[in-house]
Amino acid sequence: MHHTLSVTVQDKPGVLARVASMCSLRGFNIRSLAVGPIHHAGLSKITLVVDDVEVEQVTKQLHKLVNILKVSELDPNESLEREVMLVRVSADPGTRREVRDTAEVFGATTIDVGANSVTFELCDHPQRLTDFLSLVAHYGVLDLVKSGRIAMARDGKAKTRSTAGEQ
Amino acid sequence: MTKMTGAEALIKSLEHEGVEVAFGVPGGAILPAYDPILDSPIRHVLARHEQGAGHMAEGYAHATGRVGVVIATSGPGATNIMTPLQDALMDSVPIVAITGQVSLSSMGNDAFQEAPTSGMAMHCTKHTFLVTDANEICEAVHQAFHLASTGRKGPVLIDIPKDLLATEVEWHEPAPVDLPGYKPSRGGHKRQIDRAIDLIMKARRPVLYVGGGIIAADASDQLLQFAEETNTPVTTTLMARGAFPDTHRLALGMPGMHGTYTAVTAMQRADLLVALGTRFDDRVTGDPATFAPNAKVIHVDIDPAEIGKVRNPEVPIVGDVGIILGQLGSELARRLTDGTLPDRSTWLETIAGWQAQHPLGYEQEPSGPVKAQYVVEQLLNATDGDAIVVSGVGQHQMWASQFWSFSKPRTWINSGGLGTMGFAVPAAIGAKVAVPDELVIAIDGDGSFQMTFQEMVTAAAEQVPIKVVLINNGGYGMVKQWQTLFYDRRYSAVELSLDVPNFPALAESCGWVGLAAETPDEIGPAIRKMLSVDDRPVLLEVRTDPEEMVFPMVPAGGSCDDIALGPEDL
Repeated sequence: MHHTLSVTVQDKPGVLARVASMCSLRGFNIRSLAVGPIHHAGLSKITLVVDDVEVEQVTKQLHKLVNILKVSELDPNESLEREVMLVRVSADPGTRREVRDTAEVFGATTIDVGANSVTFELCDHPQRLTDFLSLVAHYGVLDLVKSGRIAMARDGKAKTRSTAGEQ
Repeated sequence: MTKMTGAEALIKSLEHEGVEVAFGVPGGAILPAYDPILDSPIRHVLARHEQGAGHMAEGYAHATGRVGVVIATSGPGATNIMTPLQDALMDSVPIVAITGQVSLSSMGNDAFQEAPTSGMAMHCTKHTFLVTDANEICEAVHQAFHLASTGRKGPVLIDIPKDLLATEVEWHEPAPVDLPGYKPSRGGHKRQIDRAIDLIMKARRPVLYVGGGIIAADASDQLLQFAEETNTPVTTTLMARGAFPDTHRLALGMPGMHGTYTAVTAMQRADLLVALGTRFDDRVTGDPATFAPNAKVIHVDIDPAEIGKVRNPEVPIVGDVGIILGQLGSELARRLTDGTLPDRSTWLETIAGWQAQHPLGYEQEPSGPVKAQYVVEQLLNATDGDAIVVSGVGQHQMWASQFWSFSKPRTWINSGGLGTMGFAVPAAIGAKVAVPDELVIAIDGDGSFQMTFQEMVTAAAEQVPIKVVLINNGGYGMVKQWQTLFYDRRYSAVELSLDVPNFPALAESCGWVGLAAETPDEIGPAIRKMLSVDDRPVLLEVRTDPEEMVFPMVPAGGSCDDIALGPEDL
């Protein structure tokens, strides 16, 4: 079990270091972290996935960082989650066709073809990435990279933990 | 708009914040800032080590509640203040540290005296600023003072590259603080106030468990009123000594590892703990699973992250404890118009019984070795308790806290959370600089003292006439106590020499008056002699019994139910 936090931060030097080191020093294990600027100038959003810990303590400690504006915990059933994966699968001319058929079912795009490999790009729910990987695993995965998870609440479904800790 | 250098803007910004004193040590990267100090009304106290300067700033802040300022150079100057920064973070002491940094163009190149100051300080401050544009200096200072002195108070660091201090800037009044990610709560939530009073109206065995937050919030008067209105006994943690008068009929003294039997036992038997500005520190709770097992908890703190960190309270209230005590008092008064508090006389009688049965104690034989507790009591008698007491860390700290009788806040200054040996002498200097008309006495141990005693020179050079009562038991007494009790008396690295250094001679060589006392009957006269000197700092060395141990004691991680009154109980 894990928790997904959506953290709005000011774009200030060191803000990512503050988040990462606070988690590390307080023993909160980070599974995934993705960060990028948002539509408001000077702000970024960090999607932080942490292992099953006292998530309220993580939220409160994040709030103590001066450059952090908002922390919301996202309910997996009420949020949109995406991750990008690039995966290079071993495929010779004999197996290339069936590998690409599998990819097509998942909507993965072929972005590179070599003599003995095909490289796919898949952007989808993290579970779909896992499912696709398990299907192509037996051909042999030669290289793999994931972006880290990004997520947002479905319209009107944001679950925000209050700063005050008074639920 | 006036043009000036970044350094001049820095010093003018400090003046703008009302800074009267800064403690520091100059050096290469901070050099430009030391030039405008010459023309500033700010008094600069030149410490002999940056750690000392940092503790002086803390002592200043403890004594006044105002922000203490420490200035250091890059590299070793900055690394030397990490201890006071962490100390101030743990004890919520408002200080602002200003460090020089190597020039922007040199940063990251392992330049001479370069250290990753803001990166290191990130972990031991409330916030850090690394200034990268000289025009941001005014705002950084203004925001730093705001952050240090509001919400849960604490240390803030501003790191400024040397070239920016020399850059020409336009002086401007800093913009009003606008930190959208920083909005400390003030008043408590109405519903929680109601729920808290519900519990207080029902509790038969309540205890007010009071921490340093009461002093930080200047809420001692509200505490006294609330304790009396609810007829509830009060225990004051190490950081809260002085928040409630020790002579009051409802005072239980200090809780925790070396707390009074009554304070520890009252919390274990309580049906309600009202925790005010305190954080359920392990030195108070022992094993948290067995701490106050029958008590419901109302936890009031300005830092939401403290609530539920160790103990989940039945009623959490976030905000300023002084305001919240006022809210609680108003709601209580409303309820008392048609209700009454439960009769607590049985509870108070039980407590009085514990106090009579297990008071703090020690045995001073007339011709035996001097007990440190006796020295503290003699000092208390000689001063009528009218002094600011500053301590180092160790056995002497516990005895000072146990045997001094505190009557008002900001008269007890010590390093509680971090337990920083060497705190006493520089913190006493900072306090005396802040309140020169008060009698400031450091009660220090020989081990603690030797960690920062070069600051004796600062006290003499800056004409800061503090007093130091040096409890010399010839070693690291608290470590020795643990080796006695838990390591089968195998003493490892705890013996210091009783004779080297010769403390009175050392003091004299630093421009102090040096005194010594060795027998019980010498203590009173020596203290009176010490108190008669007021134009120079004085050190009084007292040789005390090296075998004496601090009791009561709840062993680390043990249950408060197993409080030991002496070694035979362990």
